[in-house]
Amino acid sequence: MIYDVIIIGAGVSGAAIARELSRYEANVCVLEKCEDVCEGTSKANSGIVHAGYDAPAGSLMAKLNVRGNEMMDDFCRDLDIPFKRNGSMVVCIHKEELSGLQDLYDRGIQNGVKGLKILTREEALKMEPNLSDNVEGVLYAPTAGIICPFKLCIAMAENANVNGVEFRFNTKVEDIKKGEDDLWHIRTNNGECVSRYVVNAAGVYSGQIHNMVCKDDDKIEITPRRGDYCLLDKEAGNHVSHTIFPQPTSLGKGVLVTPTVHGNLLVGPTAEDIDDYEGVNTTADGINDLIAKANDHVKNLPMRKVITSFAGLRAHEPRHEFIIGEVKGAKNFIDCAAIESPGLTSSPAIGEMVAGILKDMMGLKAKSNWIGKRKDILNPSDLSIEDRNDLIKKNPAYGNIICRCESISEGEIIDSIHRPLGARSLDGVKRRTRAGMGRCQAGFCSPKTMEILHRELGLKYEEITKCGGRSNIVIQRTKNQKGGEC
Amino acid sequence: MLNYDIVIVGGGPAGLAAAVAARDAGIDKILILERDKELGGILNQCIHNGFGLHTFKEELTGPEYAYRFIEKVLEAKIEYRLNTMVMDISADRVVTAMSREDGMYQIQAGAVILAMGCRERPRGALNIPGFRPAGIFSAGTAQRLVNIEGYMPGREVVILGSGDIGLIMARRMTLEGAKVKVVAELMPYSGGLKRNIVQCLDDFGIPLKLSHTVVDIEGKDHLTAVTIAAVDEKSKPIPGTEERYTCDTLLLSCGLIPENELSRNAGVEMSPITSGPIVNESLETNIPGVFACGNVLHVHDLVDYVSEEAARAGENAAKYVKGQLSDAKSDIEITATDGARYTVPSTINIDRMDDKLTLRFRVGAVYKDSFVSVYFDDERVMHNKKRIMAPGEMEQVILLKNKLTEKPGLKKITVKIESE
Amino acid sequence: MEKRELTCIGCPMGCQITVELEGQDVKSITGNTCKIGENYARNEVTHPERTVTSTAVVLGGDKPRVSVKTKANIPKDKIADVMKEIDAAVVNAPIRIGDIVVKNVCGTGVDVVATRNIEAD
Repeated sequence: MIYDVIIIGAGVSGAAIARELSRYEANVCVLEKCEDVCEGTSKANSGIVHAGYDAPAGSLMAKLNVRGNEMMDDFCRDLDIPFKRNGSMVVCIHKEELSGLQDLYDRGIQNGVKGLKILTREEALKMEPNLSDNVEGVLYAPTAGIICPFKLCIAMAENANVNGVEFRFNTKVEDIKKGEDDLWHIRTNNGECVSRYVVNAAGVYSGQIHNMVCKDDDKIEITPRRGDYCLLDKEAGNHVSHTIFPQPTSLGKGVLVTPTVHGNLLVGPTAEDIDDYEGVNTTADGINDLIAKANDHVKNLPMRKVITSFAGLRAHEPRHEFIIGEVKGAKNFIDCAAIESPGLTSSPAIGEMVAGILKDMMGLKAKSNWIGKRKDILNPSDLSIEDRNDLIKKNPAYGNIICRCESISEGEIIDSIHRPLGARSLDGVKRRTRAGMGRCQAGFCSPKTMEILHRELGLKYEEITKCGGRSNIVIQRTKNQKGGEC
Repeated sequence: MLNYDIVIVGGGPAGLAAAVAARDAGIDKILILERDKELGGILNQCIHNGFGLHTFKEELTGPEYAYRFIEKVLEAKIEYRLNTMVMDISADRVVTAMSREDGMYQIQAGAVILAMGCRERPRGALNIPGFRPAGIFSAGTAQRLVNIEGYMPGREVVILGSGDIGLIMARRMTLEGAKVKVVAELMPYSGGLKRNIVQCLDDFGIPLKLSHTVVDIEGKDHLTAVTIAAVDEKSKPIPGTEERYTCDTLLLSCGLIPENELSRNAGVEMSPITSGPIVNESLETNIPGVFACGNVLHVHDLVDYVSEEAARAGENAAKYVKGQLSDAKSDIEITATDGARYTVPSTINIDRMDDKLTLRFRVGAVYKDSFVSVYFDDERVMHNKKRIMAPGEMEQVILLKNKLTEKPGLKKITVKIESE
Repeated sequence: MEKRELTCIGCPMGCQITVELEGQDVKSITGNTCKIGENYARNEVTHPERTVTSTAVVLGGDKPRVSVKTKANIPKDKIADVMKEIDAAVVNAPIRIGDIVVKNVCGTGVDVVATRNIEAD
């Protein structure tokens, strides 16, 4: 099979491009080295829809940020995922740095950000009483928002799949060559794939993928920039209502404090450039650092309510600019590289832009039967008791609560497994349903979720993983498998 | 809407004992709501022995202890519903529950007894640095996998935390063929029973490292190694003391947290020390007719005390339903200071008090040859020498009603630990 | 003369007890602070015993394993052998508390019994 387009990477960029491309008549395949979508940078970030005042005026980053932000309401409505414009605040705590807020404001205006306002200390504290006592002024951006990064990525991929895009998981790209047939031959651990066009949306690996096809003088180097985060219990979710940033530095936007769209409080990220492209380990120094920094601009942070900490990698490139477009000397090979923050915000716009490039290059025609809408997994908590009872009568699995912290039923988990690009692991279920994301962190529900995966997918217990690969939960039966299969 | 005199949330040891006591006190319409597929709660997976010495004067395993109470519930024909999750409890005692069979429904309860138990502190709350691979379990989750589901999580094990569940799992994993390499404990003492240290660790040559913690976790897919290090008095790791252990399993036994989401939503006032409801002498919360007992109230050391406490909650709920609990405010405050961390209960209404009232509490550190003192206002009325007190064990003092009535106008009872 | 170091399990004190032995003869017990410690130490060095609890394989039950225990203490040095016999046992559901799972385990005269009920599936 010769594909029209192969997209490398099923993170938020790859998924957005796949979904946009699925509007057109084309054979599209996404190659993903992990067992699920949303496994890299896309799963470990701040979940912020940025307003767009950070990126340099005139940059592609600025343009796609502002465009992505504008698109987000319709986008989330169509894909049925939660999004809330809670507004962001950049907090100045040193009088001599107030001019920095003005600079950001000016840049925001140039970038086309709407509604920006510089607030006095008093105005800011009125809106956000837990700001630091040292606050001198605030840049307020009402268009900033919060989103579930998993749901965004999964929904785009799922919708792309419904519209005919194929996804190959556990498929790692090892080499890419232009064949004599003028097609791209992609060698993977799962055999060779051939396509007319290739999109490189490989996140922190986008440098390596780019360098497989580029000219010697056009190499790019992506540095994994690690960020540690702490996620706090929903009890702390109201500590602030806006997303609170410090003033930015050369290392980025700094340690933010934000409610999440699901009602937790998120603190992070730190910024540390590392060598390990899989180095998503938190460090004691990192966590201490972020707690110290967060306390600079938000007071009384209830850090005792941490339910988990994690780290994510940003695909940092020295120019700090998205690299999108055909690679020089590699015809029909499109980069979507160095997508660091605001990549999540920009993703709908990135999808639109890359699909637009391909549409023009390939002369793609729109499908007549494209389905642009998608329903998320039903959330029974939104239903009245009567409606919920009707649902349980029709499908009793909705009456069986599996994750008690987040109140997730068996019905939701079964749906997450059987829908397009369904979950195959505990993390897959978790990101789709939130089962296991609560304060007990899956202590209670993981044996029950395993039982459901076992039953619904016919997996043996020993084959059930946390997140694919060798991440199996149990190794064998007790009694050295002398027992029957019961 | 259904109507019951008493609805009991949770069918573990606390819920069962409360139900039996309420029935013995003459209450007819009692309903136990249990989220698991059987009664007995966590005892079903605690297959080791050592339960029930106080209650039954013999050593039972967890399932056997549970069954003694289940039998009583069955004999008394007390209603219970399994696989049922309580979704909400309102301040006017409307309990919303849900199950596959019955859907979502509401029950107006004359009285509610909270008996939801506790859960384990997860890795996330411990802020252990490192990767987040498969192979890290709270000890209780591993216990369920091994004892109930019949699966082994791994072959080479490190355990953080020397609470009893951690110690018990060290032996259990060893007996099932795994190699337990070390148990690390952050504190300079173990929170577990001496018996468990000897019979679960020493018997099998498993080292216990006090004042140690896990400082790194390796493994991208699956756990491959952990590093432990000694800690200073402030529990900070000491550089240079790191030791790396290859392993595929890390079990965490780092404390239990009462599970009070439902209580909080109902508006029950909580103690920041116990993370359980603040209760009066009748084990009643600030919401009239809502009682609490067992590990949801405060984490116990022995199940026997859970059963005893729960029976009192059951009796008092029965009195409430029959209108026999006066609604006068509690007027005596009980304060725990100087090493005593809290007391349960923490207020007394003398009119509602039984002839004897057991105050349970825990100490904050290890105390040798010290005194448990009780003060009525400023007067010391009790001064009991104890050879040893440790945070892992519950302590108790018994207050006599006639002693309290001798002190009209008594406002404050203080429990403290004194060196002489 | 053999010296054995023990931790008393009688109470949370956890006294470190030293026992001096010649063969099976206890020559001295020191370090204990009460009679419980002395008795514990004497038993522990002359004939230590334990109750073994584990699970056994169930066939045809609503659960795959049944919890079991030795009905009385068995000699401590037989724990591993007892586990082997428990591991090899297979019990058919239904099972009632007290049902014998392994009779006279390892010739100790002690039975291994079920500690919970298992219904037939």
